[in-house]
Parts: sequence; structure tokens; C-alpha cells
Amino acid sequence: MPPDTAAPISSAISDVVGIKERTALQRLFSNQAIWVALAVALIMGLMSLRYPEQYGTLENFYNITRNFSFIGIMALGMTAVIITGGIDLSVGSVMGVVGIVVGLIMHAGEPWWWAVLAGLGTGVLCGLFNGILITRIGLSPFVTTLGTLSIARSAAVLLSQNKMIYQFGPWADQFFDIFGGQYIVANSVWLLIIMTLAFAFVLNTSAWGRHLFAIGGNEQAAQLTGVPVVRVKMQAYIFCSLCAAIAAIMLLGWQGSAINALGTGYELRVIASTVIGGTNLIGGEGGAFGAFVGAALIEVIRNGLILAGVDSNYQGIFVGGFIILAVLLERVRGRKRE
Amino acid sequence: MSVLQLHNVSKNFGAIRALNDVNLTLEPGEVLGLMGDNGAGKSTLVKIMAGNFPPSSGQIILEEGPVVFHKPVEARQKGIEIVYQDLALCNNLTAAANVFLGRELKTGFGPFRILDFKAMYDRSAELFNELKSETRPRDVVRRMSGGQRQAVAIARTRLSNSKVVLLDEPTAAISVRQVAEVLDLIRRLRDQGVAVVLISHRMPDVFAVCDRVFVMRRGNKVAEKPISQSSPEEVTGLITGAIHAA
Repeated sequence: MPPDTAAPISSAISDVVGIKERTALQRLFSNQAIWVALAVALIMGLMSLRYPEQYGTLENFYNITRNFSFIGIMALGMTAVIITGGIDLSVGSVMGVVGIVVGLIMHAGEPWWWAVLAGLGTGVLCGLFNGILITRIGLSPFVTTLGTLSIARSAAVLLSQNKMIYQFGPWADQFFDIFGGQYIVANSVWLLIIMTLAFAFVLNTSAWGRHLFAIGGNEQAAQLTGVPVVRVKMQAYIFCSLCAAIAAIMLLGWQGSAINALGTGYELRVIASTVIGGTNLIGGEGGAFGAFVGAALIEVIRNGLILAGVDSNYQGIFVGGFIILAVLLERVRGRKRE
Repeated sequence: MSVLQLHNVSKNFGAIRALNDVNLTLEPGEVLGLMGDNGAGKSTLVKIMAGNFPPSSGQIILEEGPVVFHKPVEARQKGIEIVYQDLALCNNLTAAANVFLGRELKTGFGPFRILDFKAMYDRSAELFNELKSETRPRDVVRRMSGGQRQAVAIARTRLSNSKVVLLDEPTAAISVRQVAEVLDLIRRLRDQGVAVVLISHRMPDVFAVCDRVFVMRRGNKVAEKPISQSSPEEVTGLITGAIHAA
């Protein structure tokens, strides 16, 4: 090594340190999830002060958290798909068909673990179906999952023979205890917290997570550099459907009955949560924490409007407004970056 | 001892003969300027060397003997790296993440393996330092200049012990100052004993950095000679066909 190489190394380190210090603060403020979390806290705080009797109760807190846990779990899966630059419109219908499959098996008197396994398996199959069409055959994710949305909903109606399933057989109590139970907050909330932490860890520290971002950033480059693009995208769609199946089982455990309309229209709420949390629909950007707080924000607004006595028909306007606001925010941040 | 030889390489696409019995020899530590007009067969030749497809006839011979490539990964395993014209970078990732894309370093045990961030940052910093580039491993590629992006793409070729680096039009779409930066990168590669093939339309770049020039026209090699014995005028004539061969 010639001696003159020592100087650039030391200056490079100080450069790197300087950059790191700036981005630590920058990253905090450029992270949309942080702002959304602040908005959630602000709305909850103001509402608790204004309506201490109705809003600021533990009961209501349990209610809000349970309500958004199902959407939040699904939003985690959606985040994986959207980071790759894809979209999955079928999650609501997958939830519906999984609910019916689990309900039917419970109703037949089988133990709950078989029902749950079959439900998760149904989710994986739906994801595999989407994934194969999108990665192997090269169909557009939007159209493919729109097709699955219709197919899975129909399957749910046919399987249920258009009846509500509410007699869950001999294992019902155990099933409701485990999946619909509550320990301080609802079990589904604990599950959402665990899944969010686990998914955040995987996204940020595993090669798989990095490959999701790479595919969303430049799929062709990822392919050329040897990233297993087909496999990773397939896994993202399977994970997304699996999350919908998990949410379906938790929702079933809480509601205690399975209807084939379960999850109708949820795809839009899930995508909205994901986008509000800062995941970029173009791909290559997003996070687990964003999915969590995005789902929370929608529910906090919805719940707040109800308790404030606002006509429930106004909910759509507020939620829609926040979606557009989130995308606008994204645009402003994007412009600053370029 | 040459690192790569092409022996009577031809390539047909249906009835079209894109390459016609081309011979080429690359020595370690030399820079070869591959020139020719659009459709002269440059890209086909490069794609054969990079392993995108095998030749219709003829042989690729490396130090260890003749080889047949069906996929770019196979060529890469044999020490032949290519830098694509669009660089194949992910703008949303850091320089280090791009350098190691698809070849991430991991730490841990068994199935619990996570990315080894420190090792990848350190190794990238080392590579950028070797290339004397000011690129910082933690910077996101989106915010980089054209020259820095080239450095990231070239650093990627240095991860494994590459013997041949193919550069496809690296100076086509960047500013004058950045061109100088890229030419410096090419010289660093050469100084490390790598054989570089520079595909370019830009006469000044080729004459600034190449040891030899290799001119193609209509699928044929029309000249291969030391740069010191040629001139931009002669090469232009060879490319256009005004000079038949040299």
C-alpha cells in the first residue's frame, strides 16, 4: 500500500459520520409513519379531552385497537407486495373464503387446529395462484388480483351455500378463547404488534427484505444482478394472502360467526392504510410501522367521527381526504428528494 | 497469457449473420476500445462474451480452456463482468446495497442469517477507495452524480476477482467532467490487472484511455491495432467503410 492512501480513508470516515448525523434527524422527519403516528396521538388526545366520557375510556381504546388490528395485519402483507411495485386487490375476498373454510370445518366438528391450518392453507393457495399468474405468466398484478377478488368471493358464496355459519361445533369455546380473546388488549392486537415487529426486522435486516426493495426500485437491475426476482415476488404475494388468512381467523374468533361477505371492500381500506403509512405505490419504499399506524389512523378517524355524533356517511369523505393528503405528502417529499 | 480469446466466433439470428468469424484476444491489464457503427455487431460480440447467449459457431477460450456460457451468471463465475449501459442500479438503495445486490454478505448461524451491514459498508468503502472515487457507501444512489453511479456499477465488478470487465457505452449520457471521472475509473481497473473492453462511440474517450482499438463493420472485424499506430481519422474511415481495412 502506498502511504498516500491513508489520507482519503480517514477523510472518507469523517464524511460518512457527517452524513450519518444529518440523515438520523432527516430520516425522522422525512418518515411519513412518524407524522401519521403523531396525528393518531393528537386526534386521540384531543378527542379524549373533548369527550372524556365516551372517547377517553379504556373500553373505547380496546375497541379502536381491536378494530384496526385486522386491517393492520392485512396491511403488513400488502406492504410487502406494494414495495415490489405490485398490488393485491384480492385480500378482502381471500379473507371471505378463508372465513368460510374455517367456519365449515369447525361446524363439521373438527378440532380448531385443523380448521386454522386449512384456513392458512387456503390463503397460501390464493397467494400462489396470484403469484404464478403474475411472475410466471407475466400478467399485470392489478388485473390478476382483480380476477382473484371475484373468484374468491364467488367461492366463498358457493362454499357457504349462501348461509351464515354460527354453530362452530365442540371446539368452539377454545377457538373463540384463543383467537377472539383478550389479554388487556384483544389477542388480535398482540398478534398485530408481534407481526409488525417481526416484519420490520425482516424487511430491514434480511436479504429477502432488501430484494423486495430492489425489485420495486428497478426490477430489471435486480434480475441482471442475480436477485431471484420470480421467487421473491411469488413469496410476497403468498405472504400477502397469508396475512389476509390470519386476519380472517382472528376476525372469525372475535365475531363468532362466518358470513361469505366477510372482508368485502377491505382491499381498499388495506391499501389506504398502507399508502397513508408512507408506502409508495410505485414501489421501492415502505415499512411495517407505516402499515400499523396507517390502519390506526383510519380507525381513529372513523371511531372519532362516530363518537362525535357525525353522520356516519361522512366517514368516507374524511378517510378519502386523508388518503389524498398522504399521496400529496409523498409527492412533496419526492420533489425535495430529486 | 491472454485472459480471453474469441476464436472464429460467428452468430446468426435466423437468416441474419450478425457476426462473421471474429477473432479477438485480450491480455490482462489492457484496455481495448471496441468501436463500430450501430448494427456493426458490437453488442452481439459483447453479449457473447458476457454469456447472454452462446455463439452459433466458434469458441470462447479462457485461461483454463474453452467454455460455453448460456447465462450471464456463468460468465460472471468465470470472472467476466459486464457494466450495462443503464448501469442496472436500484435508485432507492444505498451504494453499498447496490454493490452487493444479489450477493449480500450475511452473518448469523443456520437459518437465522441477517445482512452483515458493517462488512458490506467496509468492503464497499475499500472498493471505492481502490477506484479513488468519492462515492460514499451509505449514500442513496438516487442522489448521486453520473460519475458516482458509474463507480458503483464498476465497484460491483470488483467484488469477485474479475479478470475481464466489459463496459457498454459508459460515457454516453454524462457530463464532460464526469467523463473524466469515468476514464479514471477505467485506468484504475487496468492498473489492477483487469482486461477492460470499452464499447464506445466517443472517439476522444477511446483515444484517451485505450491501448488498442478494435473496429467492426457489418459483423466483421476490419481492424485491430495499437492505438498509437492509429488516428481518429483512420478509425472514422474504418467505421464508415471509407477505409476498407487496416
